[in-house]
Amino acid sequence: MYLSDLPKGAAATVEHVEDATASDAIAQRLRDLGFVHGEPVRIVTHAPWGGDPLLVQIGSTRFALRRREARRIVVSKEAA
Amino acid sequence: MSTASLRVALVGNPNCGKTALFNQLTGGRQKVANYAGVTVERKEGRFTSHSGRQVQLLDLPGAYSLEATSPDERITRDVLLGRYPGEAVPDLIVCVADATNLRLHLRFVLEVCRQGRPVVLALNMMDAARKRGIAIDIPALQQRLGLPVVQTVAVKRGGAQALIELVDGYVIPAAIPHESPAPASDLHAEVRSLLAATVTMPRATDSTDDAIDRWALHPVFGLAILALVMFLVFQAVYSIGKPMTDAIGDGVGWIGGLAGGVLPDGPLRGLVSDGLFGGLGTVLGFLPEILVLFLFIIVLEESGYLPRAAFLLDRLMVSVGLTGRSFIPLLSSFACAIPGVMGTRSITDPRDRLVTMMVAPLMTCSARLPVYALLIGAFIPAHRQIMGLFNLQGLVLFLLYALGIVGAMAVGWVLKRSHRDKTEHALMMELPSYRLPKARDIAIGLWERGTIFLKRLTGVILALTVLMWVLSTFPAPPAGAVGPAIDYSFAGYIGRALQHLFAPLGFNWQISLSLIPAFAARETAVAALATVYAVSGGDANTAGLGQALTAHITLASSISLMVWFAFAPQCMSTLAVIRRETQSWRTVALSFSYMFVLAYAASLLTYHLVEWFS
Ligand SMILES: Nc1nc2c(ncn2[C@@H]2O[C@H](COP(=O)(O)OP(=O)(O)O)[C@@H](O)[C@H]2O)c(=O)[nH]1
Repeated sequence: MYLSDLPKGAAATVEHVEDATASDAIAQRLRDLGFVHGEPVRIVTHAPWGGDPLLVQIGSTRFALRRREARRIVVSKEAA
Repeated sequence: MSTASLRVALVGNPNCGKTALFNQLTGGRQKVANYAGVTVERKEGRFTSHSGRQVQLLDLPGAYSLEATSPDERITRDVLLGRYPGEAVPDLIVCVADATNLRLHLRFVLEVCRQGRPVVLALNMMDAARKRGIAIDIPALQQRLGLPVVQTVAVKRGGAQALIELVDGYVIPAAIPHESPAPASDLHAEVRSLLAATVTMPRATDSTDDAIDRWALHPVFGLAILALVMFLVFQAVYSIGKPMTDAIGDGVGWIGGLAGGVLPDGPLRGLVSDGLFGGLGTVLGFLPEILVLFLFIIVLEESGYLPRAAFLLDRLMVSVGLTGRSFIPLLSSFACAIPGVMGTRSITDPRDRLVTMMVAPLMTCSARLPVYALLIGAFIPAHRQIMGLFNLQGLVLFLLYALGIVGAMAVGWVLKRSHRDKTEHALMMELPSYRLPKARDIAIGLWERGTIFLKRLTGVILALTVLMWVLSTFPAPPAGAVGPAIDYSFAGYIGRALQHLFAPLGFNWQISLSLIPAFAARETAVAALATVYAVSGGDANTAGLGQALTAHITLASSISLMVWFAFAPQCMSTLAVIRRETQSWRTVALSFSYMFVLAYAASLLTYHLVEWFS
């Protein structure tokens, strides 16, 4: 499951970030920002106009990610 | 031993409070310039510590990682690693981290530490951290990181005391082990264990932020709030800035008149009172409007609201080839395209930045208003109501604004389609905490931008106004000439030559000529027309000029002229700023020529359509 598939308000844990291309700078940046294995994330809200971009809470930081960026982030849903 | 001067560089993630800390340390005494060849700002300041140590402070651009993805980050990396030509390696690196956001910021601190350079850590925003009940075990953190750690509150007087003392007594260590760069996950793992051992945090987010964002980012209310904010900004620019602008224009004109009075009649007097003071008045006159606009933009920026606006509008902007971040520069462009073009610096993606810069001049700037006001007043009936609701004159003005916006969307869309480089543009934008803007930071920001604006513009506009004055004054008419003097000047010849080009749009030679000074500053077209039609200028006679115009040109020509002004490549100073910001004449040529073609085609079409219907 990808981060982009989560509904508003859902929480999950990051598995890993996929490279969309060889040496994908965007994927690298996402990892630098903290999207690494085991990190809890939450979808705070969606923007108007079709829910793109998403607002993602990770650690104490909120990032606006476009759906294409969020589709690189593989997550697993928490039980709770 | 601590009397030698020390070169210190400030680094940190964006929004860590680096700028505030820099201002606190240097007291706003700073030199702002650009790094050579790029438009990344280089800020340097200095201060003297208690023991008399001279400290030279360099504020490096904010960065998330040394794995640089933008020109700003590349500069930060290169300066830190001592690889930036012409920039001395800093003796000491002060890493600034937001104490309320350590999960993100500590990773960068660790990355910087690994470069084997002397580093100290400043935990900033300690006031906010304490308020949120975040407890940090400083001695433990210091010991685990192996570097000095101090606490700062950059926005409080004396809040950087601990850092100053640390720098005061700092002894540059002989050698520091250089660790090889670790994979990303290692750094993150290290941050986690650091946090687990030294920080307790009751709650990951700030409850006030959450509460405000519930409204500010709401799909319906969020957009309504945004619309209201924009409306207020516009109101303020016109109701506060405009009267001041007019007052300055009058004041400078008056002084010019006095100065002219002392000089003997002749060309020199004309140059001083019309050329120098007239030109200077125009530039200075724009300052209040621009400062009011900047005031609001800085307040919005400092409060943390602007990234929210960018978030709300991103999708809309992407569909026309822009990005959410374009919103801010485009908003500025309604006052003047120059701050708009300068504001594109906040757009990280170079292509998005270029497109935004290209379309920014299409937003109807305040300098076009006098021209629109003249033409609408003269040609559009005042008391005609449309559907009993709208005033026809107001409607036409609104349509002209809309024309610019629609034009910008179309151009953005075309540029997006035609771009060969289809790689992805990323947004990845941090939404910072909301903060109450501090008067001191606003004042420093206003001062910085005001001086940049003045420095950039006085040169260009002054030179051009003087040139225009020379062209329309020389050569003097031959003895016994009957027509207005301007007919015999260079300007007269140029106007008639230009008319060959502009006749298809319905412009006579007088209008064609007025397009030249309009290229220097748009509103001067009104003054130029007044001169050409031998009607004395000034507000009292706008009606007289309007009558002269209705006698000389048709309705079709006047509407065609309005459309021309909506799209035309203007003004000179905007192009000069584009050149400065991009360091490329090619971009200037491209932006000039596309606007020329667009304006020409649109005016041609309008002229013939209106002719056909009337
Ligand atoms: N409460 C508090 N706010 C701060 C502190 N330092 C900076 N700020 C605010 O944080 C925001 C971002 O700071 P700025 O200096 O622009 O960050 P930069 O992006 O690192 O240059 C501004 O609104 C500052 O007023 C601090 O120590 N405490």
